[in-house]
Amino acid sequence: MNYFVLSLVKAAVVAGALLTTLAYLQWVERKVLAHIQARLGPWRVGPHGLLQPLADVIKLLTKEDLLPPHVNKPLFLAAPFIAVTTALLTVAVIPLGPEVRVGGVVTAMQLADLNIGVLFVLAVSSLGVYGIVLAGWASNNKYSLLGGLRSSAQVISYELPLAFAIVAPLLLANTLSLRGIVENQGGYLLGVLPNWHIFQGPWPQLLSLAIFVVAGFAEVNRIPFDLPEAENELVAGYHTEYSSMKFAAFFMAEYANILTLCLMTTVLFLGGWHAPWPSRLGSDYAPALLFGLAGAAALHYGLRARRRRDRKTLPAVAAVWFAAAAVFLLPAARAYLLPLFWFGLKTALVMFFVIWVRGTLPRFRYDQLMSFAWKGLFPLALANLFLTGLLVALS
Amino acid sequence: MDVILFLIFAVLAVGCAVNVVLQPHPIASAVSLIGVMGSLAVLYLLLGAEFVAAAQVIVYAGAVMVLFIFVIMLLNAGREERRGRSYVVRLLGLPLLVSLLGLLAVLARGLGGDTAVSFGNFTAGAGEVGRALFTRYLLPFEITSLLILVAILGAMVLGRKEID
Repeated sequence: MNYFVLSLVKAAVVAGALLTTLAYLQWVERKVLAHIQARLGPWRVGPHGLLQPLADVIKLLTKEDLLPPHVNKPLFLAAPFIAVTTALLTVAVIPLGPEVRVGGVVTAMQLADLNIGVLFVLAVSSLGVYGIVLAGWASNNKYSLLGGLRSSAQVISYELPLAFAIVAPLLLANTLSLRGIVENQGGYLLGVLPNWHIFQGPWPQLLSLAIFVVAGFAEVNRIPFDLPEAENELVAGYHTEYSSMKFAAFFMAEYANILTLCLMTTVLFLGGWHAPWPSRLGSDYAPALLFGLAGAAALHYGLRARRRRDRKTLPAVAAVWFAAAAVFLLPAARAYLLPLFWFGLKTALVMFFVIWVRGTLPRFRYDQLMSFAWKGLFPLALANLFLTGLLVALS
Repeated sequence: MDVILFLIFAVLAVGCAVNVVLQPHPIASAVSLIGVMGSLAVLYLLLGAEFVAAAQVIVYAGAVMVLFIFVIMLLNAGREERRGRSYVVRLLGLPLLVSLLGLLAVLARGLGGDTAVSFGNFTAGAGEVGRALFTRYLLPFEITSLLILVAILGAMVLGRKEID
């Protein structure tokens, strides 16, 4: 097939999946947070609030778009655009699966395999801070300005440990291509333990993973590092003056950055699309088993439900789970569904961890944030990189 | 295709560079400078130097310019005031500019030598750049890092003096 047509189709699929994921990420986050805090979360719009993202989009689209008179207009308008563009761009180089054959066409499950993929992600995400900084400055508002200032200082400080934490697994993989990095993590140690970078010799990258995730939290302005939008000090930080879709753009950029963090964690440390245990021990049947168990549980509760409505809806849900299980048993679909399943599952687990942290930890004070970056994380990352380099050179 | 892209981004780079000087506001100048860095990165990419292009964006557009903007925002620098230019500047400005451009053009013509530059010709990746840095250019590389260290120490000493 024509290369351009193929790329367009892939881009459409990835963009559609990405935007849907971003919309539902907010639903997932609100639900998980609610259950951590013993609440129900979104509940009214659709079953279990499942249509809440749609309602939010309609609300944001139809709100009045205010343009305050005191702002610097060109930069004020450009800032949300920069933020959302750079945030959505990184997914283009993330390898979601191996090369697959779909109806006679062999293609990689990835939009573009750059041989500087890691650097591309770093470069694009380092440009993303301009969206926040310029928004803060152009708003001409002291709270926005403080938010922008905090964000730029924070991003510069945490980019160093983040980059060092990325370099360490690169030394093991000996390539800058994200596909090459995932392929380096194939196979199993001693026949059972996955050869992921967090287990791979000569120096398992557990410390790098920890540094990467912590620095990543700071890069995407998440709790406990969400000083740029600390609402008890700065109203809403850099996006105080934004409304309607411009506000939504910042919101979307924030979630896209979190998603990028989770995807990169999976690619760099958790073996990408590789299954956690070998297929000769039955990892190919794990998704079908998982979905089947979910279906069985739904059916079990559906048959003896107290509410009459649940006796119809729960078996319907069970049917959906069983259908998913059946799809994963089809030999034809398995080749490209299994890698996607493992990749998605790992990303989802990292994402759950991110939300969990938000529900658990309080916010840092600003001086604590800075001294933690320069006196704690940075020397640790440097030592870890040195040790990795030394052991790789010796082995 | 390559030539069209080259022309677009070369014009963009020069236009942004001129804009850096013309803008009355420091933030606008800094944003234009980011445009220059970005266009240069695309030009490197056109030559095939992917690693250099990525490093250009990460280091210059991503880190150095964020620091610049940070400082401008921290100092809250306002609009630059335009004073009337002196008589000498008005008289000599244009001839000097033209002669400088002419000089640059003559020098650039002599610089290329016989080998023509072609797009996508440069194939060295991160490995080659790293090897060159640590073998052939080791001394300049180390001296540069020493220079930066001296600059950091100087900045710290100066910064401390003010607090006391």
